[in-house]
Amino acid sequence: MSGRSKAWWWVGGLLIFLYCLFPVAWILSLSLKAPSDLDDGSFLPRSVSWQNYQLILTGDASDLFLPALRNSVGICLIATVIAVVLAALCAYAVARLDFPGKAFVLGLSLAVSMFPVISIVTPLFNIWRAIGLFDTWAGLVIPYLSITLPLSIWTLTAFFREIPWEMEQAAQVDGATTAQAFRKVIVPLAGPGVATTAIIAFFLAWNDFVYGISLTSTEAARPVPAALAFFTGASQFEEPTGAISAAAVIVTVPVVVLVLLFQRQIVAGLTQGAVKG
Amino acid sequence: MSAATTAVPAAADAATRKPPRPHRSDRRRQEARLGLMLCAPAILVLLAVVGYPILQAVWDSLFSYKLTNPDARRFVGLGNFSLILSDPIWWQALGVTVLITVVTVVVELVLGFALALVMNNALGTLRPALRTAILIPYAIITVVSAFAFRFMFDLTSGFVNSWLPFVPDDLDWFASFGTAVTVISISEIWKTTPFISLLLLSGLAQVPGELQEAAKVDGATWWQRMRRVTIPNMKAAIMVALLFRTLDAFRIFDNIFIMTNGAAGTESVSFLAYRQTIQRLEIGIGSAVSVLLTICVALIALVFVKGFKVNLAASTRAGR
Repeated sequence: MSGRSKAWWWVGGLLIFLYCLFPVAWILSLSLKAPSDLDDGSFLPRSVSWQNYQLILTGDASDLFLPALRNSVGICLIATVIAVVLAALCAYAVARLDFPGKAFVLGLSLAVSMFPVISIVTPLFNIWRAIGLFDTWAGLVIPYLSITLPLSIWTLTAFFREIPWEMEQAAQVDGATTAQAFRKVIVPLAGPGVATTAIIAFFLAWNDFVYGISLTSTEAARPVPAALAFFTGASQFEEPTGAISAAAVIVTVPVVVLVLLFQRQIVAGLTQGAVKG
Repeated sequence: MSAATTAVPAAADAATRKPPRPHRSDRRRQEARLGLMLCAPAILVLLAVVGYPILQAVWDSLFSYKLTNPDARRFVGLGNFSLILSDPIWWQALGVTVLITVVTVVVELVLGFALALVMNNALGTLRPALRTAILIPYAIITVVSAFAFRFMFDLTSGFVNSWLPFVPDDLDWFASFGTAVTVISISEIWKTTPFISLLLLSGLAQVPGELQEAAKVDGATWWQRMRRVTIPNMKAAIMVALLFRTLDAFRIFDNIFIMTNGAAGTESVSFLAYRQTIQRLEIGIGSAVSVLLTICVALIALVFVKGFKVNLAASTRAGR
């Protein structure tokens, strides 16, 4: 590659960095502005202020934000664990066993994942009210499975298909018990795939807005994305820009760190098999 | 995983059975039963959380039913559908949804392809760094992305009007349809292009290097190689990316809710269903809109699978 075209690819690369980081930097900068500077229209804060973070962690907005954070973490974790356990059984069968209906399993999970979420919300809203699941954790965990489970089945199947299962038999031939072979051979091989699937599934649930805003009404179960839409300013004439920005940063940072730590596996999980056709 | 432990011995035996015999042996039947048993919980849960609500929605859509007045519930057949389909609000929402879908998917495809090309050609330490950076928009919650762009274009807190020389300083982006849809689309595009570019990047990796070299030796220009070698060889990746993104864009909701709340004529079909059901408590009408949305999504999927012959069996599902 000539020096000139190399330089152009570097410029392209820098543009990509700018593209990815620009809105994130902006919301971070907003969250660090003092309330009086929020409307100054400049990209960077004049001086760094922690007032917005105080507002949502210990101040007025904390009884809106902290319960929402607890709800989001709890509900998404439960929905992820259930989905990954069920999907692991299913994906193991699809990847390793020969039985009729394999195509149906994959087809069904694909169809479900393409389904418009709002179409499930309409009937659930009515049913949940009738049976008392409206505005409860269970009332969100159950519909979240419609997001996390199909993805987990699909991604885990792709990961499990890549595992050299013969190694397990080899270990047993070498004298390992079934349990040992599973623990020492299969778990290390399958572990990264399961962890990656769990992260992607957790993230999809974490990202949900439609269920969160439709099936909850109080802090009892309202997750963070829905709570952000209910933030109010200090007075009714004031926009809650600073509080929303600070809350947005707090819910974004852990997920970004997680995604960056597992980035190689996540890219594989997102794209695996996509182009084998 | 604990249940998988018990499954291992039977499966290990099954692996030694290859090649499969033409008749169904006991072992083969056993394996089939085990497979079905392992899949059953997941499938039952999927059918319960998705299949049952859909049937309920279809049923509800046949009634005139408002939660504020449940006693007046009565069967109206397809009345709700004819009501919706003769209402300009539905056609406006459908038009907005189609417009946003087409615009965002086309831009994302072109932009995603450019990003994939840069990542594919970046050398040394730049390549893994880029692949990491591109996951950041993917990891941002859609609602957060919507707020970031809303505050950016906002009259009081934003800076866009003062940065753009050709825009009047007092332009309220969310007050009129064209500008509002533009900002909504920008947020949608920013958040989801990385996903497309990762799919296309893995597609680029499948293009045989020898073909590129051969075309180069034959004197093909960069553009000719792109059109005759690269793109035809990654058609599968392009179609899968298009299908997923089209279906995903068609259910757009979060960005519209945060930015305009459906004002300035920006209501999408999903938003219409939400407003009818959750805000107006019109269960009958809301269910009918949901059913229509489902039919639209199924039609799009059908067009892709039958019309463009997208091989879904060989594809995977990824994030939104």
